[in-house]
Order: sequence, then structure tokens, then C-alpha cells
Amino acid sequence: MESILALTHADESGSLTKASLEIVTAAAELASRFGASLTIGIVAPDAAAAAAIPAPAGARLLAVTGEAFAQPRYASDAAACEALCRTAQATIVLAPADSRFARVLAGVAHRLGGVIDTHITAIGGAESVEVTRWFYRQRIEGILSRETRPWFLLLEAGLHAAFAAAPADAQVEHVPVELPALRTTVSGLRAPAQGTQTIRPDAKLLFVAGAGWTKKQSDGKVRAAEAGELILGFLRLAGASLGSSKSLVDQGGDGQPVLPFLTHMNQIGQTGATPRHAKGLSTCCHGEEPHVVGWRFIGERRAISLDPNCGWTRGKADVVYVADAFDVMAKLNLLLDARKG
Amino acid sequence: MGNVLHIVVCAGTVPDPLQTLEPITGPNGPGVKNEMMLPAVLDPWAASALYEAANLAARNPGSKVWLVSLGPKAKLQQVMMTVAQKVSFELVPIDGPLGGFTDAHATAAVLAEAIAALPGLDLERLLLFGGWESATRGAGVTLQLIGERLGIIDQFQGVDQIDFREDGSFEVLERVEGGKHQASVCMGTPAVLGWATGNLAEPRNNPQTGMANMRTIMPALQRAKPAPLPANGLRYISVALPKQQRTTRVEKDMTPDAIARELVEWIGAE
Repeated sequence: MESILALTHADESGSLTKASLEIVTAAAELASRFGASLTIGIVAPDAAAAAAIPAPAGARLLAVTGEAFAQPRYASDAAACEALCRTAQATIVLAPADSRFARVLAGVAHRLGGVIDTHITAIGGAESVEVTRWFYRQRIEGILSRETRPWFLLLEAGLHAAFAAAPADAQVEHVPVELPALRTTVSGLRAPAQGTQTIRPDAKLLFVAGAGWTKKQSDGKVRAAEAGELILGFLRLAGASLGSSKSLVDQGGDGQPVLPFLTHMNQIGQTGATPRHAKGLSTCCHGEEPHVVGWRFIGERRAISLDPNCGWTRGKADVVYVADAFDVMAKLNLLLDARKG
Repeated sequence: MGNVLHIVVCAGTVPDPLQTLEPITGPNGPGVKNEMMLPAVLDPWAASALYEAANLAARNPGSKVWLVSLGPKAKLQQVMMTVAQKVSFELVPIDGPLGGFTDAHATAAVLAEAIAALPGLDLERLLLFGGWESATRGAGVTLQLIGERLGIIDQFQGVDQIDFREDGSFEVLERVEGGKHQASVCMGTPAVLGWATGNLAEPRNNPQTGMANMRTIMPALQRAKPAPLPANGLRYISVALPKQQRTTRVEKDMTPDAIARELVEWIGAE
């Protein structure tokens, strides 16, 4: 019989992250389906935060607390997760595929003689656990199973509702951790030096700028400055998150005109991010396969392109407007501004 | 700068991103149809790691870069014809299977064994580089597993920048949620760095660098040892292309005003 451990961690405010609460829901569902025992493991800087977490009835609560766990770091987080896993003795370990746990859990799986699979998008199976994940950068979907235990599964965000309940009645068991000598100090977070924060993971809309914005326009001139104003204006008015194709991001290195607020962090696609927004609007981008694999989890897709035969028209977007993005975006910004007005 | 670094870059080959991929299931499990025939490139994020490694080695005299790569010898040779012209390195090829459906734990075991056996490698000076995820399996776990096998507990993933200091310590910027970087300072090597894009442009091809590299690459390829990868209890139930075809409405005659009005409606209240 399987036993389930949900690994969670607190954020800087001391509360469990949203992704962690989603894992609690996923673990509770899995435990219910397989009649398995459920343990929640928490990594948090202080004991009070650990005691305040919501948890399903009947779940065992384990916590590793201390100042060393206030910030993400491989050596301390791996030691914390290893201690939680050894105490829980679970056969299946679920955790969010966020940067903190993605950094350490393969190492923890190795320490426990287990195996790991990441970027899980569904957990199924009737007799045994089967998981779904993507291969070749979201181009091939596979369903797999493993015999080895413990089996660590890192789940993508947004697959389950965040667990919501009053703090659990169960006593939190504090698990001691023997830390190795810590040679890494976390200094803090830095936003890329681009002036405006353009990446907004919680936005409903993804706006993607392609290389066409900085090419010669119909009047024979490059209008990169105007493009920048239109794009930033739209982001402000629509509350959208900004993505880019690889070619536009790479142009800076080739000495071509650039949009100064774009960095590799904005890049979507085969060598960039795979964001999750309800809607996506592509502009001045050809919609070729290496870029569009980054749109796999975008629900509704529209594109503005001058090319009526671009990749978006071949079943990759819901609507393609064959038009000049400069003209459309200028009108769009006016309408959005008037509506806000 | 006076840090002598031993930088080992782990990088595989992947099908050129512009190629159409079709999954098939054969007697040895799933694979990509005609994958051996498809044009291949060095894994993009691992390539970033290689360029960063070469740049770091050039700024720290006495440093050395190894490129450890697991794949069919013929495919490695094909990819090296281009990669060898970019930067200087010593290739350590391992003749193994191709593709993203192999087990990461088995892959890591083979790579760790090869790295530990590198002649002249000083583990205390080691920086283990690679892409934070491959463009095939895309699990982002192989480097961590190698690091654990080599006993390295300073690991960083999604790295975009490393800055060395005079005392041998270095600052690392790792990608985290919300389009931000986490900045950390590590006291020194050894460390594992899984690179994202980094900040360097792809180096231009340099035939002289290519000729110098190929003198050692061809003999190394001939000596490459075969390394079968066990499945480790991994069982595939299915592999398939996603059902992604949409019915696209192409609007060729709408005015910018009409498009803008429709988009405002579509975007909805924000």
C-alpha cells in the first residue's frame, strides 16, 4: 500500500505558498483514491507558521523549522526535505515544481535511494500510480509509471485548487535536522534591470512581442522607440504580462534595434518559459513551432501579423488578424485608456 | 582574477528545434521516429553553459573546460563539427542511446562515473555546468543527481550569471518565480550550476578553434565507451502528440479600429 507525503514550504510572509497548498489538495485526493496514509511535511522559518497551516483531517504533520530555512538554498533545503522524508517513510512524495523544490528534490530522491519525475501535469491510474508529463519541450506527451519507491513527483502549478481549511487540530511533530556546513549565503531577490516589471505570472493575459516590432515598417523606417511606447502602454492598461520570441531577445547581441525592457527572462518557447495565462495575444511574431511550444498552456490565443500564411494561421491560434500591429495597438491603447478613464 | 577552475559541462544532443517530431514505440520502449536521421544541435541551455564555461576559463588562466556528452557516436560527431568551432574544450564522449525517454537516474550514474574518472580533474576546483533542463527529457534533475553522486552540496539551477571574486567566492543569479533572480554568494568551488540562457551571445564559428578541437575530438570519439542505460523500473504506458489543432479564424479585411474593438471585448475587464 502506498503512503503519501506532501512536501510544502512557507513563503517570506510565513504562510504556505499557493503552490504548496495545491500540493496538499493533490496529496489528499491521491491518498483518498488509493486508501493511503497522508503526511504533510512543512519547511518554514518558524514554528508558529508551521502550526498555523491548514491540513486535511487525519493527516500527520511534520515540520522542519529554523532560521536556516527562511531562504531557499540547496544544502539546507535538501537536508530539511531528507529529514522529513526519512521520518515520514512515504512511498510517494508530492511537491510543487517551484524553483525551491525543483532545485533540491532530485538530490533528496538520490539520498533516499528513490526516483523522481518532474513537471507532472496529471496523476492517474487505477491499480497503480501513473503520471503524465511532457517531453521534448511540450511537444510529446507521455504517461509513465515506476516500480521504485520512494517516488518523488513534482507537480506543475494550477492543476489543483489551493487547499483551504481551518488550521489542523493535529499536533505538529518537529523533525530535527543535522545541517552540513553552509557555504552559500542567499543575498535576496533582484528584478532584472529593465525599469518596469513586465513579467506578471498572475496576469490573465500574455502579450508576446515578436521580432517584427523592430524591423523596417511600411514607411521604410525602423520605429523601435514607438514600438516600445505602444507595448509598455498596453501592458499598463491591460495589466498583461510580457513575453517575447527568441529572435527579438537575441537581437541585442547582434547589434540590431532592440526594445530595452526585454531580457531573456521574457523569452517564451523552446529555450524560454512556458507560462500559464488564460489568454495570449501575439504580435509581429511568425508563430513557428519552437516559439509556440511555449504557448502549450495558454488557453485562448490570438495573433496580429502582416503575414496571412504565418504559423499562427495553421491551427495554432484561435484568431489571426492580418493587420499592422502598430495601427492596431495604437487604437487598442486608446480604447483601453478611454475605458479606464 | 586568479582562480584556476576545472569546468565540466554536461551536454547532450537534441533534434533541431525546427524538426517535426513523431513519437513511436519500439521493442526498447518509446522514441522519436527517425531520430538518428534528424539534424541535431547541442542542447540549447547546455550550449549556454558551454559558452559561459569557455568565457569563465578564458578569464581565469590555467582553467580547463571538459565537455561530457552521452549519445550515439555518429550523432556526437555530427554535432561536434559545428560546436567545436565555437569555443575550446576537451570532449569526453560516452556512446549511449539517444533521446528523451531514457531514465535520468541511469544517465546521471554514467555521467558521474565518467566525470570522476577524468584524468587531471581536481574535484576541489570543479564547477559542474549544464543546462537546467534538457530539450528532450526536460526533467531538470540530471545535474543534481550527478552533483549528489560527486558529493557537491552547493547547487544552483536556472543560472543566468556567475561573478567570481578575488578570494575564490562567487555570486550566482538563479531564476525564480515572478521574473526575478535569487542572488546567492558561495564560498567557492566545488559547485553545480544548471544554466538557463546566461548573458552571452552564441560565439561565431572560428575554423582555427575547430581544427584545434577536432585533433582531440576524433580520437576521443573512437575511444568512446558504450554505456547502456537501464530502465530502473521506469515503464511508459503511452507517448503521443498532443491534440492541439485549433480551428483558426483568419481575418484579412478588418480595419484596425474593428480589430481593436474586438480585442477590447476579448480581453474583458482587467
